[in-house]
Amino acid sequence: MSIVVDSISKSYNSLKALNNISFDVKEGELFGLIGPDGAGKTTLFRILVTLLFADEGKASVAGLDLVEDYKTIRESVGYMPGRFSLYQDLTVEENLKFFATIFGTSIAENYDLIADIYVQIEPFKNRRAGKLSGGMKQKLALCCALIHKPTVLFLDEPTTGVDPVSRKEFWEMIKRLQQKGITILVSTPYMDEAALCDRIALIQDGSLLQIDTPEAIIKKYPKSIYNVSADNMYELIQRLKAYEYSHSVYPFGEYVHYTDKRTHVNTDELKRYLSGHSLANVSIDITEPTIEDAFMELAK
Amino acid sequence: MEDKKVIEVNGLTKMFGDFTAVSAITFDVKKGEIFGFLGANGAGKTTAMKMLIGISKPTAGEAKVAGYDVASEAEEIKKNIGYMSQKFALYDDLTVKENITFFGGIYGLTRSQIKEKTNELIEELGLQDHKDKLVGSLPLGWKQKISFSVSLLHDPKIVFLDEPTGGVDPITRRQFWEMIYKSADKGTTIFVTTHYMDEAEYCDRVSIMVNGKIEALDSPKKLKELHQADTMNDVFLKLARG
Repeated sequence: MSIVVDSISKSYNSLKALNNISFDVKEGELFGLIGPDGAGKTTLFRILVTLLFADEGKASVAGLDLVEDYKTIRESVGYMPGRFSLYQDLTVEENLKFFATIFGTSIAENYDLIADIYVQIEPFKNRRAGKLSGGMKQKLALCCALIHKPTVLFLDEPTTGVDPVSRKEFWEMIKRLQQKGITILVSTPYMDEAALCDRIALIQDGSLLQIDTPEAIIKKYPKSIYNVSADNMYELIQRLKAYEYSHSVYPFGEYVHYTDKRTHVNTDELKRYLSGHSLANVSIDITEPTIEDAFMELAK
Repeated sequence: MEDKKVIEVNGLTKMFGDFTAVSAITFDVKKGEIFGFLGANGAGKTTAMKMLIGISKPTAGEAKVAGYDVASEAEEIKKNIGYMSQKFALYDDLTVKENITFFGGIYGLTRSQIKEKTNELIEELGLQDHKDKLVGSLPLGWKQKISFSVSLLHDPKIVFLDEPTGGVDPITRRQFWEMIYKSADKGTTIFVTTHYMDEAEYCDRVSIMVNGKIEALDSPKKLKELHQADTMNDVFLKLARG
């Protein structure tokens, strides 16, 4: 096991940020921590990279105890915080050199690991980090987190605030790093990124809702989901919520995801009910649940 | 949704020196429509929106927002629109009630209007027990819902939302979109700028900006059909990567 988290809890005054969290990450695994802002993702990351003490519980990273071996752990892990934390006044190259030196290594020594990421920002190596675009900053931060060749990489919301194109590129980089044998723990508020991980943990309000592969989480979803649409979205939502057999009603892009209290849903009857309430062009089709549906059902 | 147009943009252009940030964009938005304004970082979304809300003058072209010209009647536009962003929402060290009073004052409401609106809003959001709490102590999702309601205090014709639901938990996010649908149903036009493609899926129509130009404009459904994509994210990747 590369990361073992055992009953970790942490409070800030009266706020319980983490509530008895336990999970394992296997060696070479890409593990996603999926949850909204305020769920406790960053607190957990800060504990695992030895920047914060847990109130209760214990954990090990790369086989080392979090408290006893904190100095050795720092040499073995790479950490990319959610907030851009490089020196804004240093250039791209100076930042990288700085982090290499701190860890007692050089850019040349571990260049292989960062080469395909660094070439993308190399044309700007004399530009100050503060003047880079969002996507470039992410790439530089990743290079700096990798320059000492860590065995475990912690990426805290690396894709928040970047556009879809940069997001996709970033995930491709993460996948390539995994192929090089690095264990990766990544957090994200985007449910659609869950599918890119080997296993995920869904987290909300400091508690884990479920841990499994994305496929298994979807498979365990207990209900049949229907895509419902009609001309008036607002009216449709109100009518579905008022329907006597309604279990959950969530707007989902151009559709509403509807689940029913009964095992066997009579869609003709539902259609008649909706049409009878002056909704036009009603359509009801069965659809596959997503990670987001699973998250909402568990958080309900 | 009605056929009446509340935003009419014709050849709108903004240049910074030699650089064309927004290049002759043309589109309309209807009353009660939820319109998504999408683009990658640096595509020109923010520059275009600044012109529409009357805080940046166009280099060429014209636009009418709520019936007023963006170049010559900017002050009138500001009175007729609401604005909400994820980055700037409410004052953390004022209570819920104080925030509403403050923004009501800014929007030019009278004291009795503010009082009435405050009660209405607090009841609608179910915040009776929390109205005297500091906004900073409330969960993010609540702040977003209050912030949206505050942007509607002066009954604007159009509300501009800048990445409204990024990072919010999925259930609260749905409650937020229900509030948006409700306002649109009452005839308020919703103009959403975002680069979160899942927010785009909720819009009646979306436009996608690439390098200062509008490269696509249609309903999410039609855009997905046209580009043979399952999600707006895939549509966006196809367009932005050329």
